[in-house]
Amino acid sequence: MENQIVLRHVTKRFTTKKLGTITAVNNFNLEVREGECFSFLGPSGCGKTTTLRMIAGFEDLSEGEIELCGRLVSSKDQHLYVPPEERGLGMVFQAFAVWPHMNIFDNVAFPLQIRKLSQTEIRERVKEALHHTSLDGMEEVYPSDLSGGQQQRIALARAIVTNPKVMLLDEPLSNLDPKLRESMRFEIKALQRKFGFTIIFVTHDQSEAMAISDRMMVCDMGNIVQVGTPEELYNKPRTRFVHNFLGQSTFLHVVVKGDKVYARGDMDQPLPIPVPPNIQGEMVIATRPNELDLNRTTGFKSRIENRIFLTDTTQYLVRVGDQLLTIQTPHRITFAEGEACCIRFVKVMWYPEEDEKAAEERAKRQTI
Amino acid sequence: MKFGMMQRQGSSDLAALDGKTFNLDKAMTIISFILLLIIVVIPIFMIVYNAFFYKGRLDLEMFRTVVFSKDNISAITNTVIIGVSVTVVGTIIGLFYAWLLGRSDIPCKSLMRALFMIPYMFPPFFGAMAWDMLLSGRGGYVNTWLMTHLGLTAPPFNINSLGGIIFVEVSYYFPFVFMQVVSALERMDPTLEESARIAGASQSTVIRRITLPLVTPAISAGALLILISSLAHFGVPAILGFSKQIYTLPTVIYAYIDRAGGSFEGIRQGAALSILLVFVVTMALILQKIVLSSGSYDIIKGKSMRPTLIKLRGAKYPLLLLAIVTLILIVLVPLIMIFLEGLVKAYGLPLVPENFTLDNFKAIASSKQTLDAIRNSLFLSISAGVLCMFLGVMIAYVVIKIKPKGKEILEMLSVLPYSIPGTVLAIGVILSWSGQLGINLYNTVWIILVAYMARYLSFSMKSASASLQQVHPSLEEAARACGASHTESLKDITLPLIRPAMIAGFFLIFLPSMRELTTSILLYGPYTRTLGVQIFALRDSGQIPQASALAGIAICIIIICNAIVTHITKDKRGV
Repeated sequence: MENQIVLRHVTKRFTTKKLGTITAVNNFNLEVREGECFSFLGPSGCGKTTTLRMIAGFEDLSEGEIELCGRLVSSKDQHLYVPPEERGLGMVFQAFAVWPHMNIFDNVAFPLQIRKLSQTEIRERVKEALHHTSLDGMEEVYPSDLSGGQQQRIALARAIVTNPKVMLLDEPLSNLDPKLRESMRFEIKALQRKFGFTIIFVTHDQSEAMAISDRMMVCDMGNIVQVGTPEELYNKPRTRFVHNFLGQSTFLHVVVKGDKVYARGDMDQPLPIPVPPNIQGEMVIATRPNELDLNRTTGFKSRIENRIFLTDTTQYLVRVGDQLLTIQTPHRITFAEGEACCIRFVKVMWYPEEDEKAAEERAKRQTI
Repeated sequence: MKFGMMQRQGSSDLAALDGKTFNLDKAMTIISFILLLIIVVIPIFMIVYNAFFYKGRLDLEMFRTVVFSKDNISAITNTVIIGVSVTVVGTIIGLFYAWLLGRSDIPCKSLMRALFMIPYMFPPFFGAMAWDMLLSGRGGYVNTWLMTHLGLTAPPFNINSLGGIIFVEVSYYFPFVFMQVVSALERMDPTLEESARIAGASQSTVIRRITLPLVTPAISAGALLILISSLAHFGVPAILGFSKQIYTLPTVIYAYIDRAGGSFEGIRQGAALSILLVFVVTMALILQKIVLSSGSYDIIKGKSMRPTLIKLRGAKYPLLLLAIVTLILIVLVPLIMIFLEGLVKAYGLPLVPENFTLDNFKAIASSKQTLDAIRNSLFLSISAGVLCMFLGVMIAYVVIKIKPKGKEILEMLSVLPYSIPGTVLAIGVILSWSGQLGINLYNTVWIILVAYMARYLSFSMKSASASLQQVHPSLEEAARACGASHTESLKDITLPLIRPAMIAGFFLIFLPSMRELTTSILLYGPYTRTLGVQIFALRDSGQIPQASALAGIAICIIIICNAIVTHITKDKRGV
């Protein structure tokens, strides 16, 4: 498969009066393959939307270059900038961006009218696009009479009607209610299978990204943190941030002394975790609440502090040193509050202590 | 009995549960109706009655002679020509600058935006005075200079013409469209335009097919505001047109009444002409209804995203220069001219330091008439402001919270005077309160106060109702639940919450009242001149430098008050 979207050293800096210069996107290098569904995932202010807008051509680059379908469309060095209308993309926006002064037919026909197609061809292709988005026969209806889900279908129809090779989706589902969100997700995938376009999908919802993507990129504070398949990212998060962002996490501050690991605040009882090579001093270990084994016989000895009955699991808070570890078990494993217990660590990831500055920086960016 | 009360509670009419037969709400409702009857209904009725009836009999003779007199037909034509031209030119200019400041990457946006609002602060007749000094056919400074330096025999410009009147009115009225469109562009979701770019449309196609249609409701709202204001406008055509016998409907009405010296016959002729002016404005209002009912769109943005600014590239600095020149022409030149002329010894002397003096200001300070005018204007503006502030809140409360039968009538009556030309309103007030109905306020300051209140009540009413709509009923209900009576919850909860809107409402009335000319000029008596009237009269009697000095003082007062408003409204607490 060929690389359809290529970003090389793409950097974007904004200067605002309040915060000075901020690097919204820092040296992004990325290759998205043909026919792939690729997600940009991250919290607000991470640079995902800015990157999408640079690909679409709505933002200039501060450095670097972007290639679409083998054609250079933005390059700082060559002073090259192809305007959005000449990039041949399809795009769907969070707020639908359906033109309220046009009926559904005119909305969907607009890209074809711009391309000066014949009336008969326009009518045919609009009809087909409306059929694929379950809007058959609604040509004459105005968007204001439609629900959010239907408006987003118009936006989708408008995007697919030109048969673009690349489809940019900017949080297209986040204005919809949860039930609808799920069904639209399937519809988008079905359209992709039918038309074979490449999708860039921007979202801050990790489960949505996991469900829809072939590969995804997690970014944070203007940096790409990790790129990979949903499984890779979930199973081998490169940083504590990714671990926390994808799925549920529980963290433990630990001190490594020689080949022993102690939870912070309890230097008597070592944790039953093997120490990987080259790790010493203060660290953080991360694991998932359902990857901890709670039993009465083997492992780290402790006591149940709190027990909550959730719908699908029972959640326990267990004291480890000066911290509380979150553990989720099937309902058949029952402990009472205050009961003695043992914890076995099935799978842990090791991360260095995060410095204070990163947290500050993240908070500052979220105010932009 | 008990069951009946429960049902009434369902209609959320908590006040009615107090059980008193005559409560505060009822009192407010009745007062609101009586008040609007006195200040709105009676004057309108009196105009219609006097135009068509004479000594109790239907008499169309007067109406016929006045309407079909040759002079008046030319006044109608002038009014319409000026109104339409000002609307077209003002809309184009307002639209152009709104787009430039709202969608392009032109520098100094917020500063320029503030500067473009300045004409809105000052009365257009100040501009007319300044331009008359510069471009008048007889000895305007620019004309004289050009004639001596270029050896011309005739003055190249003539501001005392239809074109001149249109030019000055445009420079004061284009902000109506400018403001409407800028705010529409700001509220518009930028992705509406971006999705058209993605669909393959070029920048110019996006403007034509997406942006313009979406801001059309804002454009037509602004354009009709210009049209109505221009049709009813008195100051500019009065200052620029009288010397060349160019009349419009408002100025010809003034001329009738001025010539008649307050005789009933003159006022009746004025009333007949007023009907004509009302007719023209009503046509414009009907047009407005038709255009506005064609619908406004929901273009409010979802995600806060800056719109993509269009790069002007090579055109950036020429366009910036054009904007600066426009600002200099419409803002700086008239203001500087007023101040300079206020310093000069006599009209026509070159504007060089040797000819400057403070005598004009000394003359103002020693003229009892002028000082009286300033005092009258301050008294009138503050009284009208305070009264309308409270009455506006009361009417808004009745309309929004009490919702009596006929609240639509109440609402309609309180905003109606805004679309009635000031000249017409003044004649209605004269006819109503100069003895015909047994009360004679003519030549007193009270008749002007009544006119100001009728003219500006809608401002404070609108400000208060916008704010009251945000006060959720549960806030007052919570106060009742805590043991407060209806009156107490009104006093302790509702009023404090809408206080910022009340203060804003006061200044919305105080500022235009301070510079009012159109109604005052028809209503003033020997001892009740206002600031605007005095400036106009001084100029009319040839004391142009003194008139300018007084206008300069008025400008300073307006600037100071505006600064106070900005300061107050900046830290207002939201409801």
